[in-house]
Amino acid sequence: MNAFSCQSARSFKSVVWTAGLVLLAAIVLAVASLLPESSPLHASAFVVSLAGKYLAYAMLALSVDLVWGFAGILTLGHAAFFGLGGYAMGMYLMREIGARGAYGDANLPDFMVFLSWKSLPWYWCGTDHFAWAMMLVLVVPALLAGVFGWLAFRSRVSGVYLSIITQALTYALMLAFFQNGFGFGGNNGLTDFKDILGADLHAPATRAALLVATGVALAAALLAARFIVGSRFGNLLVAVRDAENRTRFLGYRPDQVKLLVWVFSAMLAAVGGALYVTQVGIINPGEFAPANSIESVIWVAVGGRGTLSGAVLGAILVNFGKTLFTAWLPEFWLYGLGLLFIGTTLFLPNGIMGLWRPTKKNDPEEITPEVSAPEGEHP
Amino acid sequence: MRKLGLACLLAALCLGGGLGGSSARADDFSGLASPQFEDVSASITALAANGSAQADAALQALEAHHLFSGADGALFIHAGEVCQNARTGEATTCPEEGLKPVRVNNRIRKVLAGVQAVRELSAPQPEERIKAAETFYTRHDAALLPALDNALSSEKVPAVREKLMQAHAATVLAQPPAEGAQAARLKAVGFLAEVGGLEARGLLAGVAANVGEAPDVRHAAQSAVSRIDWHLRVWSVLQNAFYGLSYGSVLLLAATGLAITFGVMGVINMAHGEMMMIGAYVTWLVQQGIKMTVPALEPFAILIAIPVAFVVCGGIGVVIERSLIRFLYGRPLETLLATWGLSLVLQQVIRSLFGPTNIAVQTPAWLSGSIALGGLDITLNRLAILVFAGLVLGGLMLVLRRTPLGLQMRAVTQNRRMAALMGIRTPKVDALAFGLGAGLAGLAGVAVSQIDNVSPNLGQSYIIDSFMVVVFGGVGNLWGTLAAAMALGMGGKVLEPTIGAVSAKIAILVLVIAYIQRHPRGMFPVRGRGIES
Repeated sequence: MNAFSCQSARSFKSVVWTAGLVLLAAIVLAVASLLPESSPLHASAFVVSLAGKYLAYAMLALSVDLVWGFAGILTLGHAAFFGLGGYAMGMYLMREIGARGAYGDANLPDFMVFLSWKSLPWYWCGTDHFAWAMMLVLVVPALLAGVFGWLAFRSRVSGVYLSIITQALTYALMLAFFQNGFGFGGNNGLTDFKDILGADLHAPATRAALLVATGVALAAALLAARFIVGSRFGNLLVAVRDAENRTRFLGYRPDQVKLLVWVFSAMLAAVGGALYVTQVGIINPGEFAPANSIESVIWVAVGGRGTLSGAVLGAILVNFGKTLFTAWLPEFWLYGLGLLFIGTTLFLPNGIMGLWRPTKKNDPEEITPEVSAPEGEHP
Repeated sequence: MRKLGLACLLAALCLGGGLGGSSARADDFSGLASPQFEDVSASITALAANGSAQADAALQALEAHHLFSGADGALFIHAGEVCQNARTGEATTCPEEGLKPVRVNNRIRKVLAGVQAVRELSAPQPEERIKAAETFYTRHDAALLPALDNALSSEKVPAVREKLMQAHAATVLAQPPAEGAQAARLKAVGFLAEVGGLEARGLLAGVAANVGEAPDVRHAAQSAVSRIDWHLRVWSVLQNAFYGLSYGSVLLLAATGLAITFGVMGVINMAHGEMMMIGAYVTWLVQQGIKMTVPALEPFAILIAIPVAFVVCGGIGVVIERSLIRFLYGRPLETLLATWGLSLVLQQVIRSLFGPTNIAVQTPAWLSGSIALGGLDITLNRLAILVFAGLVLGGLMLVLRRTPLGLQMRAVTQNRRMAALMGIRTPKVDALAFGLGAGLAGLAGVAVSQIDNVSPNLGQSYIIDSFMVVVFGGVGNLWGTLAAAMALGMGGKVLEPTIGAVSAKIAILVLVIAYIQRHPRGMFPVRGRGIES
C-alpha cells in the first residue's frame, strides 16, 4: 500500500500505453463488428456489447483507484455514483422511446402509465434533451458526492467508518430505487430502450460508435487521472493518504484535497455508468447493491492499487473471468471470486502491476511510520 | 331444571329462526331423511329440544357425517363396521343398497353450531360456558337472544356473566333499531365501549352510521368508537415498540460480536453475517441429529444447539484468525476485503452442502404461540430472543469484567503496545477475541433461526444493519452497542407505520450517516490522547 512516496519521480508511463491500447482495442473491435458476417474477422453484437460493458466497468474501477489508491479512501459505495449516472442516461433513453412504448403514450414512460401517473415528476423535466441528460449524469453524482464527502471529510470520518457509511449510502439508494413511488421504474428499472440521438441502439453501426465512444472516454479519463496524480496536487493526495495528520500540521487542508478527488472520481464513475446503460440496455436498482461496489474494489486490488492502468487491467480481467466462469461452472464463480479477494490481499498486495515492479521492502523512505505502526492504532 | 330451560330455549330458537317444521312430520327424526334442507334443520332443532340419548347420538352422527337415510325414512348411524338404527339405538345390519348420507350444507352447519353453542351454554364447566359466550359474541344471531337471557338469569360465575353480558350487548346492537329498544341499546353501547377491540368497534361504527338510530344512541356510539380508536392506536404503538425491541435484540446479538472484534483488533469482519448463518444451520443440524437419536429430547434441541453453535462458530473464528486475519494486521481495509471474500466462499460452501433454498428449522412447542397482554400480542419466540439477548449481554459483561481474558481484551483494546509490554500475549488475545466474536454470531444465528428464513443468504440481510449498530454505538463499550441496537431497532419499527418499511429503513440509514458526521466515533467512543483517536 505504501509503495511510492516519491510521486514526482513516477511518470505513470504505463497509463499512456494503457489508454492507447484501450482506444486501439475499441476501434479494432468496432471495425470488426461492421465487417460482413461471412468474414472470419467479424465480431458479433454480443462481443461488442460485452467489450463495451468491460470498458464501462474499467471506468468505474479507475474512479475507485483514484480515491482508494491515491487518497486512501476505501469506498464500498462507488456503484452508487455509477448507478446514478446510469439512471440519468436511462431517463434520456426512456424519453427517446416516445410513443413507441407498449402503451403508446408520447410523454410518459411505460411504467408511469402502468402506475397510472398523469404527468411526469419534476425531476424528469428536460430529460428528453440529450445535453440536459448529460448534465444530470455529471451533476447529480457530483452533488451527492460533494455533500456526502464535505460532511464526512470535514468531521474526519475515516478508515473503516468511512467504508461502512459509503456502503450504507449505496444500500439506502438501492432501497429507494426499488420503490415504485420513487419514479424510476422500481424493481424493473429502466429498459426497452429504442434509440439514442435518433440512431437505432440495436444497429451494428450505433453499437460500434458507442464502443468507440466508451474507449475514447476511458482513454481520456486515464490521461486525466494521470495528469491529476502526476501534478503537485497528486503529491498532496499521496501525502494525505500516507500521513493525513502530518499533512494537516504542515498547513494543508486534507479534507479539501480529499473532497476534490472524491467528487472527480464520482463523476468518472457516473460517466462509466451512463456508457454502461447505452450498451447493456437496462439499468435497475440491483446496480446499487453493496456487493457490486465491493466487487469493483477487488478489480482494483487485482490489477494493482494506485497504478491507474492496474484498475483497467483488473476490471477487464476479472469480468472476463466472470463471463467465462458463469458460463461454464456457475456454481464455482463465488468460490473463484471469494478466493480472488483472499488471495489478492494475502499474496498480491500490489496486484498484477506489482508483479513486475517488486517493492523494495527495506527502503526506509518508502514506509512512513504512521502507516506501518503495527496493528494497534485505530484505523 | 337446566334441561327444562334448554328445551324451552330451543323451542324459542326454532320459532325465532323462522324454521317451521314440515307438515308430514311423523317424529322428530323424520325430517333428517328428507331431501329438503329446511326439513333437516327443523328436525335438528326438534331433536335438540328432545334431549334424549338417541337424539344426541343422531346429532353427533350428523356432525361426523355418519348419519345415513335408507328407504322409506329409515335412519342409520353407520360408523366403520358398526351399524345401528338411529331412532332406537339397536344394532342392525345396514341395507346394502339405497343408503344415502344425510347431506349437510352451510346452513345446516350453522344450525348445528347454534345448537351446539346453546348446549354448551349450560355446560357444567365455566370455561366451556365462556367459550360458548364468546361464540355468541361474534355471531349476533337474534334467535339466540332468549337463550342468552335465560343463561344470564341462571349464571352465577362472575367471569361467565361478564362474557354473557358482552355477547348479549353485541347481539342487541346487531339487530336493526326498533321502537322502545332505545334504553337497552344505549346500555349495550356503553357496555361494548368498555369491552373495546375491533369487533366492538365494527358494531359501534355500524350503529353510529345508521340513520334509523335514535340520536343519543348514535352519539354515544360515535364517542365510543373514537375512544376505542384511541385505545387501539396506543396499543398499536406499543405493539410496534415491542417489535422494535425484538428487532433491536436481534441486532444486539448480531452486533456485539462485531463490536468486540472491531474494538480489540480494529478489524471489520465482513464474514460475520455468514457466522450467523452457520449458527442457524448448526441449529438445524442439531435438531435433525437429536430427532434421529434421542427423539425424547427434541423439544430441547434448541437449547442444546446454543452451546454447540457457540463452539462451532467460535472454532471457525479462531481458525479464520490464525489462517487469514493475522497476516493482515495493520491493514484494516485489506482485512475487510479478505473477509468479504471469505463470506462469499462460506455462502457458496453452505449452498453446495445444503442447497440454495430455505431449510425448515423447527420452533419447539414451548416457544411457539403468543401471550396477550392487554391489546399486545407478544409472541413467545420473540420474547425468548429478547431474554436471550439480555442474558448474552450480561454474560459477556461478566466475561469482560471478571475474567483474565476480559481484562486482557480490554487492555489490548485501550492500548495494544502497552498491553504487549505488560506481558499480555496479544496474538492469543486476538485469536480468542475473534473466536468470541464469531461464537456470539453463532448464538445470534440460533436466535434468528427461530424468527427468520434460514438460507445461505441469511447473513447478508443482517450485516449492514449490524455495521450500522457498531459505527453508531462506537466500539468503546457494550452499552454503546446496546443503546445503538435498541435505537436502530425501535427507530425503524416506530417509523414504519407512518412512512412504510422501506422508507423507514432509508430514513434510519440517512440518520445514522448524518450522526456519524457529527460524532465520527459513534455514541461511546474510546477516548485517548492520540491524534488518531
